[in-house]
Amino acid sequence: MPSILFYLFSAMTLGFGLLVVTARNPVTSALSLAGSFVGLAALFLSLDAYFIGTIQILVYAGAVMVLFLFIIMLLDIKAEEGKKPNLPAVIGGIVLAVILALQIATVCSSFSNGAVKIKDAPLVLQKAGELAKIPTIANDLKAGVLPDAKLMGLTLFQKYGFHLQVVGLLLLVGTIGVVVLSKREKGVKDA
Amino acid sequence: MITLNHYLIISGMLFALGLAGVIARRNIIIIYMCLEMMLSAANLTLVAFSRFRVTEGLPDYAAQSLVFFTITVAAAEVAVGLAIIVALYRSKQSVETESVTKLQG
Repeated sequence: MPSILFYLFSAMTLGFGLLVVTARNPVTSALSLAGSFVGLAALFLSLDAYFIGTIQILVYAGAVMVLFLFIIMLLDIKAEEGKKPNLPAVIGGIVLAVILALQIATVCSSFSNGAVKIKDAPLVLQKAGELAKIPTIANDLKAGVLPDAKLMGLTLFQKYGFHLQVVGLLLLVGTIGVVVLSKREKGVKDA
Repeated sequence: MITLNHYLIISGMLFALGLAGVIARRNIIIIYMCLEMMLSAANLTLVAFSRFRVTEGLPDYAAQSLVFFTITVAAAEVAVGLAIIVALYRSKQSVETESVTKLQG
């Protein structure tokens, strides 16, 4: 990916991220978060992670953001008008964030492996194609295409099959939890 | 030319933004959105390390599997969290952090 695109999408991710934190209206925040996630998905694509980029758009920018917007509109939350922001908390938040960013910048500047360029870490698809055991993956690799979703699925089901089932159980427990939480107690009258 | 450090710094800045939001804002829904931003920043770091650690000519797919699991857990967490927010709104008619003082000593 050309450098200019990297800077463009980084600016998009961080700019919309800043808008999420600073916007007074929750709907603005939610829509900015969707924009931020789209920029982030573009950064994932620039790292040859096509499957993760697609999932980022589908799950985060799609499903999760719709859930947020739905709740904001369901509860009819208005913008914080006239309310003064909690000044000590705002100052504390900014100071902590600046300290953390400086720490990360310092660690990165002394991290010698961090200077490796994308050109220095090339994908050798043909060589990987000869080692691949699954025929469809081997054919794709020999043709010079990175079969990202296939490799992802192979890793998930071959190496992390048990973990995948545990995640399925987690989603089931989450669903039951949501149903229990949103059930009204008997005898209690809601407004 | 873009290096691994570029991605790590962008991810760190996104994480710092999310942290600032979690501490400074008082609306619980926006705090949740900032949490999602922090999780995404961690995902960017994982994907960057996955791409730059080439094994046998391919990216390291163990890291990308972890990103997949993170996204799944985040989706489940958002569903449960928003259900809690709705329950809270029913009893307090507000989603501000100041209105929740039941656990305060």
